[in-house]
Amino acid sequence: MVEFFTSDFVLGRLNYWFFIFLMMTGLYIVIARSNLVKKIVGLNIFQTSVFMLYISIGKVSGGTAPIFPIDMNIDPNVVYSNPLPHVLILTAIVVGIATTSLGLALMVRIRESYHTIEEHEIAEQEQEIMRKELGLAKEGEV
Amino acid sequence: MRHHLILRVITKLLVGTIFLFALYVQFHGDYSPGGGFQAGVIMAVGFIIYGLVFKLEKAKAVFPPWLVHKIVALGVLVYAGTGVYSLLVGYTFLDYAAIDPHSPVHGQHLGILIVELGVGITVTGVMVAIYYAFAAHAPNLKDEDW
Amino acid sequence: MASSVSLSEPIHHVALSLADQLPILQIIIPFITAPLIVFLGVRQLAWPLAFLASVLCVVTSSLLLKQVIDGSEISYQLGGWAPPLGIEYRVDAVNAFVLLLISGIASVVLFWARLGLKAEVPERSHALFYALFLLCLTGLMGVVITGDAFNVFVFLEISSLSTYVLIAQGCHQDKRAFTASYNYLIMGTIGATFFVIGIGFLYMATGTLNMADLADRIALQHDNRTIQAAFAFIVVGMGLKAAIYPLHLWMPNAYTFAPSPVVAFLSGTATKMALYVLLRFMFTVFQPAFLEEVPLIEAIILPFAIVAMFASSISAFAQRDLKRMLAHSSVAQLGYMMLGIGLFSHTGLTATVIHLFNHGITKAALFLGVGCYVFVVGGASYEKLKGLGKTMPWTSAAMVIAGLSLVGVPGTAGFVSKWILVQAAFEQGWWIFAFLIVLSSILAVAYVWRMIEALYLASPAEGAMSQEVPFLMLLPLWALALSTLYFGLFTDITLGAAKAAASGLMSGSSGMF
Repeated sequence: MVEFFTSDFVLGRLNYWFFIFLMMTGLYIVIARSNLVKKIVGLNIFQTSVFMLYISIGKVSGGTAPIFPIDMNIDPNVVYSNPLPHVLILTAIVVGIATTSLGLALMVRIRESYHTIEEHEIAEQEQEIMRKELGLAKEGEV
Repeated sequence: MRHHLILRVITKLLVGTIFLFALYVQFHGDYSPGGGFQAGVIMAVGFIIYGLVFKLEKAKAVFPPWLVHKIVALGVLVYAGTGVYSLLVGYTFLDYAAIDPHSPVHGQHLGILIVELGVGITVTGVMVAIYYAFAAHAPNLKDEDW
Repeated sequence: MASSVSLSEPIHHVALSLADQLPILQIIIPFITAPLIVFLGVRQLAWPLAFLASVLCVVTSSLLLKQVIDGSEISYQLGGWAPPLGIEYRVDAVNAFVLLLISGIASVVLFWARLGLKAEVPERSHALFYALFLLCLTGLMGVVITGDAFNVFVFLEISSLSTYVLIAQGCHQDKRAFTASYNYLIMGTIGATFFVIGIGFLYMATGTLNMADLADRIALQHDNRTIQAAFAFIVVGMGLKAAIYPLHLWMPNAYTFAPSPVVAFLSGTATKMALYVLLRFMFTVFQPAFLEEVPLIEAIILPFAIVAMFASSISAFAQRDLKRMLAHSSVAQLGYMMLGIGLFSHTGLTATVIHLFNHGITKAALFLGVGCYVFVVGGASYEKLKGLGKTMPWTSAAMVIAGLSLVGVPGTAGFVSKWILVQAAFEQGWWIFAFLIVLSSILAVAYVWRMIEALYLASPAEGAMSQEVPFLMLLPLWALALSTLYFGLFTDITLGAAKAAASGLMSGSSGMF
């Protein structure tokens, strides 16, 4: 048992295990919670897990910060970490912020018009609206 | 907010420092950690902390919402304008070498500075706009609620 | 960074002409106009600027199409960094064709919106509305034109974020627009994040993000499980965006409550763009040889395509609102496109590509017509549409033409694509599919008939005042309706392009298509 946990499959790929754990946590919150704020929090955790996946794959063992010396005399023995995933994720983080704030803004407006942020209560109100529409339609037919 | 003397004094002292630090991060972004995104957020924090301590209206008087909108658009225009400039003088889009064809490295340097400035302006605007949007919807906190 | 040569000597540079810059102009024109509208902040200028930008996009995309129609390719390097390291824009015949479709629909819808938007969005939001519309256009065209996998995600999010806001603009009509937009935001973000995970796995396995480069490197390691996982994530992520059958739940509400011009634009372009990306990743990046190894087609795409064709058609029939009916029918029509992919043959893919185009213009016409009805009677439930065939003859006639194209009546664009789909099914010897296509078309007749029934056969509600919409709103509607007829009768352009696309896809060319 101990061997399993110290094996390459677990310890050697620890970053992937964290990624999977966070990702599933986030997705579970999005699906299982009916509170709209919690859904957004779940979405954030889910997105963050992906950011962490990207950042961890940029790591080169023994690598240093990928900044070239100013005179461009690059020592061939120095190993640099891969900066590309970080740059990609910088973009994704900005997108994540935009999504979060937009989601929260929508939520504020939902609360103003529905007076609740619980999904099932909103669904009830919407069904009520639907029923009214259908009722009107039936009266019209008669 | 009249009672919170310490908060008000500290904020007044801090806001200027925050702006200065934002500018430092902005213009040293190409050599040290930092750049437009960080600087923009720090700059926006200056306005936000001002708005938090001395009511939203005061912050809006300093940085009116219509100006925030323009600033957001202006930053994007600065960024895209750099690209369009390089495009008009016959380089590919955002090829910074176009800014100083005789010394491409200097061109790169200048190009990054201008583009980051655009990013900084937009991020400042967007962050303040988000704060205004949410703060305007929140019920006003009374002094006793603190 | 590696070019240490550039430190000492100035590089000789050949100045590019404006014609060389066309690929970036296609993207940058709407992208710069959007902040310009906000910066100027003059409401009267917003529409002219937006319309001008969209017309310029049509011009650039037609110029691009003219350059690449002979089968050549244009590669444009952003910032002067050469691919595969730098971001590359790549244009070829099909690419330019889709660009033309997107920018064309955008300008037709914008033309309509000058008068039609007022009924659904208050005038004080118009400037921001047009800015967002242009950003959405930028994103959609960017996804199509780029040759870099991560860039696809960035443009996808530009278009998605503006789409969420545009859909929420329907709140002035109905507060349910907020929840529709919120649900789309959650689903869309999950889809986009799945897509990013897929891209990340691909990058881990291959070390590149350039699509052509990816294709070369994936071909060498089909049995790599990282790549197989990446494929699954990308298909599911893009499937969410494209509203492929089991992943379509966000779509009916979003389309029902969004303002009509937004829906007309999105139904014609957004899901089509997602399907295009799906095709490009499935056939260009992963190659048909890879598809044969994974059980995607027979286990997932075919069954769900069939279910979509029937389940969504039936739920479309059950609706009492024209807009909602059309949204459900969109999911059903996507089923046909997926069926084309599922048949996994040259003819099948031709059917998919041509239906992508034909359905795009048909649905755009139908939703613009819905917009005309909303403009006059303030809603699109069948109850409100009663008898409008008599009071709004021109709008209703155009709706009937587009409706017939949706069914697939001979002589309309919808017929061409279904005919080819049936051909593809027979080619494979799967006559059962051909039978199912015809059967689901009968369902389409049923739901389109409900619209015609309400328009022409029901007597108008008493005291209802309605008149025809202004000529300037009829013009774009009829332009789209007549083009469905045109592409139904003269299929040279569409069929030629679709066939070229299909052969490119099936051969798995390392180019874009």
